[in-house]
Amino acid sequence: MNEISEIKIDNKPPQERYYTYAYLDEQTKRMIRRAILKALSIPGYQVPFGSREMPLPYGWGTGGIQLTAAIIGPNDVYKCIDQGADDTTNAVSIRRFFATVADVATTEDTAKATIIQSRHRIPERPLQSGQIMVLQVPQPEPLRSLEPRETETRAMHAYEEYGLQYVSLYENISAYGRIAATAGYPVMIDERYLMSPSPIPKFDNPKLDMSPAILLFGAGREKRIYAVPPYTKVRSLDFEDYPFETQTWDEVCALCGSDTSYLDEVVLDDQGNHMFVCSDSHFCAERRENGHLGPLAGHSLAQKSDDSNANRVLQEGIAK
Amino acid sequence: MNAVLKVEPKTITEPQVLLQVRNLTKLYGQVTGCLDVSFDMRAGEVLGIVGESGSGKTTLLNCISGKLAPTSGTIAFNARRHGLKDIYALSEPDRRRMQREDWGFVHQNPRDGLRMRVSGGANVAEPLMNLGQRHYGNMRQSTIAWLSRVELDLKRIDDKPRNFSGGMQQRIQIARNLIHNPRLVFMDEPTGGLDVSVQARLLDLLRELVRDLGLAAIIVTHDMAVARLMADRLLVMKGGNVVETGLTDQVLDDPQHPYTQLLVSSVLQI
Repeated sequence: MNEISEIKIDNKPPQERYYTYAYLDEQTKRMIRRAILKALSIPGYQVPFGSREMPLPYGWGTGGIQLTAAIIGPNDVYKCIDQGADDTTNAVSIRRFFATVADVATTEDTAKATIIQSRHRIPERPLQSGQIMVLQVPQPEPLRSLEPRETETRAMHAYEEYGLQYVSLYENISAYGRIAATAGYPVMIDERYLMSPSPIPKFDNPKLDMSPAILLFGAGREKRIYAVPPYTKVRSLDFEDYPFETQTWDEVCALCGSDTSYLDEVVLDDQGNHMFVCSDSHFCAERRENGHLGPLAGHSLAQKSDDSNANRVLQEGIAK
Repeated sequence: MNAVLKVEPKTITEPQVLLQVRNLTKLYGQVTGCLDVSFDMRAGEVLGIVGESGSGKTTLLNCISGKLAPTSGTIAFNARRHGLKDIYALSEPDRRRMQREDWGFVHQNPRDGLRMRVSGGANVAEPLMNLGQRHYGNMRQSTIAWLSRVELDLKRIDDKPRNFSGGMQQRIQIARNLIHNPRLVFMDEPTGGLDVSVQARLLDLLRELVRDLGLAAIIVTHDMAVARLMADRLLVMKGGNVVETGLTDQVLDDPQHPYTQLLVSSVLQI
């Protein structure tokens, strides 16, 4: 599971299809790279770019894929996660896509990857210098739900008028008694630009702060790229009397026993049984390999989900 | 954010000139919006702008309130930060900040002045957040204080504006525009579209608040009763020109210009 697997579906040597290496043509990649450089120079600022049609629908990661295609090279090691897991449909498809079009090695190991593309999570294992995190963004504008006019939100960013964002937090407290927003929790980048970290849970917000890795955000439908360069201050918004807090769980991971990771609830049957497991599948697997055991260790869901295993689980289900 | 609070030396004796409009003209191509309007306003004064539909009242209000750049002429406002300065000579961020800090704008239709997707309470507290307050408890208290001041049921503080009646929406809008202690409030037909009993109570409330706070206000209306009740001075407009100006009672009781005479005589009597 931790080994770097080399999948080469197209047998043509890389130089023969160099022009459209990694799916996009050279001009498009240059345009995207320019946007990335601008985004890195102005941390948190949304740079417009000419988003291309990609071979998958908007909302499935077109922005992230274009970013990855623009920065990937044959020596990169690529990891793709969806909801924290390496083996979900979308993650598998996008990983295979780049293995095919860019001849890169792929991995599930966070430490070995040079480019990590993700939708909802930042891996539990701290990112390192030299790594690039690519995030797929549905709505890049944090103020959009409060202010529908693009001309107005642009002026607000330009003049640093961010009082309005606090209205959403105020609403949260008056309705729930605490800041209940969980994902896409707004952050200030280097005390200048307000940014939506997009669909990552606020649990991951502290990982953005002073991260040694480059963080790139791409919104394909909205045609915006923004970035957080390494070692940049990222502050989650809050009130003086309601400070920022991340989610916590009373349970530990049922499989690996971790009490520090982000947990997903998994429903086990119709009788109300459920368990909490790490959302970061590689983090969980690595812990189990190192001998950490949770209360439900050895559960059938802990097995590696290859086809034979899926069949076995299915058979067990039928037998019951 | 880091501009220094600068107050220029005052040459005028109290009460200060708050707003100085000189030769204000707005043309929409060949069509006249308003022509060569000049007036002064001092702190605590309530100015009514009356006239028929299409007479240029709203154009004048939009020009003065910084929403519409005039074709020629100047509008100088005595801001807390900048002193008496032409508002269109200020940079855009400075002008926007001045609008946030020193002004309020009550729209005729509360839907234009409120954020319909957020609760009434958050609507009222928004100007405080725009001015940099970051303490929820304090803002909540001021919100509650203001909502009770405009006689709104506090149990409904967290309801969305669409669930309020027109009169209540207008009250929320008024609280939202007064909570940050502005120096000048613009009101565009603040009681238009409300039934007469609600209108009367709202006018009563507005008059009380304006007098209590010593606010300066510019009220655009075509309703002579509103003008009579609220305004100290009147500007009568017709075809983009100011045809008559003077103290409210004077203008309404002894109108000089034929159009003003027509306007006053066409008020319905019961």
